[in-house]
Amino acid sequence: MSDYFMGYPRRDGSAGVRNLVAIIPSCGCALHAASLIASRVPGAALLSYTGGCSETEADTELATRLLAQYGRHPNVVGSIVVSLGCEMLNAADLAERIARGPAPVELLTIQKLGGTRPTVERGTALAQQMLAPYRGAARQKCPVSALTVGLECGGSDATSGLAANPAVGAFSDLIVAQGGKVILAETSELLGAEHVLRERAASPEIEARLMATLAQCERILKATGEDFFGKQPTPGNVLGGITTVEEKALGDVRKGGTSPIVDVLTYGEPPTRPGLSFMDTPGNDLASVTALVAAGSHLVVFTTGRGNPMGNAIAPVIKVTGNAETFARMGNDIDLDVSTILRGEETWEEAGRRIYAFALRVASGEPTAAEALGHAEFVLLRSGPIY
Amino acid sequence: MVNALRIHPKDTVVVALMDLAPGTVVEIEGGLEPPVVTVQAIPFGHKVAIAPIKQGEQVIKYGASIGVAVKDIAPGEHVHTHNLKSIRGRAQ
Repeated sequence: MSDYFMGYPRRDGSAGVRNLVAIIPSCGCALHAASLIASRVPGAALLSYTGGCSETEADTELATRLLAQYGRHPNVVGSIVVSLGCEMLNAADLAERIARGPAPVELLTIQKLGGTRPTVERGTALAQQMLAPYRGAARQKCPVSALTVGLECGGSDATSGLAANPAVGAFSDLIVAQGGKVILAETSELLGAEHVLRERAASPEIEARLMATLAQCERILKATGEDFFGKQPTPGNVLGGITTVEEKALGDVRKGGTSPIVDVLTYGEPPTRPGLSFMDTPGNDLASVTALVAAGSHLVVFTTGRGNPMGNAIAPVIKVTGNAETFARMGNDIDLDVSTILRGEETWEEAGRRIYAFALRVASGEPTAAEALGHAEFVLLRSGPIY
Repeated sequence: MVNALRIHPKDTVVVALMDLAPGTVVEIEGGLEPPVVTVQAIPFGHKVAIAPIKQGEQVIKYGASIGVAVKDIAPGEHVHTHNLKSIRGRAQ
């Protein structure tokens, strides 16, 4: 039997869980004007991009691609690209790429329009127009197979690998069983779990790509001259009972459940195959979640031990902790407490079903803790220098 | 009352769900046969051996190797940095 959520079917066959207009500055110089537009229109979501100039072509191209994917994201019903007019990032090209998706896009150029004030006025009016048809729009039944869910962890502690990550793993298996897509990420956090990941790869080709991705991450870390493995596990991890980097990585991998890994994605690359994919992202929570959402994740499920408040500009982020003290102290930032597992009150599978039920309610409109607080994090990876 | 968690049936260590004093019977879901009694204090989140692990043998948690025992470990002993080393990192 297939489960469903109440979403918004789109023209291209996808389904959204929110109706938002993305306000997209094409460079840091346009960020303030863009933020003013977003602050004036409920339902407008600012992508707080600060690059677009004086950076490598590779970084500008990556940003253009991922910003365009935000504009085509199923949670987005329209985009306004706010350009300064002389930045390196080609704003017209960005708008053109967004226009290939199902939702409309407008390009505003601050230098052409006569500065910040007219740009903000025009952008505010356009954002309101784009959102008008969606105010009070009815949700419809959409199958769980239409969902893409990103997985992330941050501020891990001893409870993460014992409660939150295995519970999220059980949740991941439920999404995959429904034909949905789940994305496991954070390459550096998985160094040390190669022996387990090998067995999880769906084919020898996937296994080879997975190992190559992990090896490349290790090479990049070594090239910095700093000793990654010398710092892993961290002193806090060791105090909490984690002895080796293998043990830490195995706890992280549990978020992905037991499904085979069907694809290996580059940073921000949308998954095409149902099931569990792995995306090459940094362990940095902001840069990783930003890419997971660029790839089309409708929701992100985020496990935390010590507590983390973050959200995302256009996708609900569901926070899960296995630490009862953290939940008691930071409950306003965290959606679900699965410390029940550590007290023997709930199994991983039961907690996974609870996360699943909550995720479907969130997909159907219930706000997460981060959404209620107005979290709208957006940070793109930048590999080269700013010059 | 359950006071420890075995994550995978193949595991040779379990994780303390509360601070365990020396001499505590390790109680996991489904029970342990033969019974294991802690020989040291095991803090919350830390590992205790539930099987004899010989020096050079892999220590199994999550059903997979988390490193190698650097000395013989008896059931009930604390398993941590003093008797378990990474194969992958740190000491390289």
